[in-house]
Amino acid sequence: MKTERSPIIRYIALRAVPFIQLYALYVLGHGEDGPGGGFQGGVIFAASFVLMALVFGYGRGREDAPEKATDLLAPIGCIIYAGIGLICLLLGGAFLEYGRLAGEGASEHAKHAAHHFGLIGIEAGVMITVTAAMTTLFFEMARDAHVDHGQDRAADDGEEDGDA
Amino acid sequence: MALLTLLILVGLAVAAVRTRDLLAAVAISGAYSLMMAVLWSQMNALDVAFTEAAVGAGIATMLMLAALLRVGTKEGRAGCRILRHPLMTMQDLSARMRKHEARRSSWGALIVCLMVGAVLVYGTIDMPRVGDADSPANTHPKVAEHYIGKSKAEVGPANIVTSVLGDYRGYDTMGETVVIFTAALCVLLLLRQGGPVGRRDED
Repeated sequence: MKTERSPIIRYIALRAVPFIQLYALYVLGHGEDGPGGGFQGGVIFAASFVLMALVFGYGRGREDAPEKATDLLAPIGCIIYAGIGLICLLLGGAFLEYGRLAGEGASEHAKHAAHHFGLIGIEAGVMITVTAAMTTLFFEMARDAHVDHGQDRAADDGEEDGDA
Repeated sequence: MALLTLLILVGLAVAAVRTRDLLAAVAISGAYSLMMAVLWSQMNALDVAFTEAAVGAGIATMLMLAALLRVGTKEGRAGCRILRHPLMTMQDLSARMRKHEARRSSWGALIVCLMVGAVLVYGTIDMPRVGDADSPANTHPKVAEHYIGKSKAEVGPANIVTSVLGDYRGYDTMGETVVIFTAALCVLLLLRQGGPVGRRDED
């Protein structure tokens, strides 16, 4: 079965993807001052890959989020999170005691900065895992049943998607 | 306003159950999640609203659609197309489903639903009013008061929710992240074909 999406949908999807991904990063970075954080950011980032798969077919979506990358990144996010906790432990603090990242006996200011760094770090870890896991969930569930209409069009989309 | 949202929610829930077209049911459940997000934001729980909108209305709907690709969009014959799934012996299940379809009105299910519903409603009687400043959750000196009063100095972020999730309860959030990872891992193990071990061949 071959279904060609309307050019309007294809054009808008291709232009929207970078903005969706940028917004996901904004949500990650803005989590400290407003609603958001790694989890939401990760889900939004994964949504951009899902959009590509919906509009351009399963194969094209998997091109943007290759199996190897998502398989690798899902555990790496967890490792980043736990790793930051372990580093705090190695530096003599409690598990996930971010202030310790500045070292023992650091100034109050340095501790605050370290705390900030630790929080961003674990949120980034969460985002990486969530992005990879959600992408994996979608693509694995859609794998067998997908209707691939992107294979022969991959060539003529080639010059368009340089920015995506 | 919240009442209107709740009414729409009930309407959507009934519609999702009533429809026989699973594609429509998925779309309605997405709309349900979106209304839920509106309700959360009306209750000033913006972080929850954001998560609900992104996960419930966004990704979860997509995952349901992906699942529909496997099971078809007609209710009742869902079991037939999963037959090839290695881990489920669907013959029994689909036979049982067909038998169930024959006698669709089941009073037992209604009674169980009503009883569970009654228990849930009974549980809400003791709950404090929404936004009650004197409720135990809002006056606990070591939890709510501490977080609201000191999180800015102790942790830093202006968003207290982030402080709680990332710092005070950082350990829980780590577990949550591992749960997400485990979910992806399980789906991989169940659904990915071939693989280095070639477990398909053993079946």
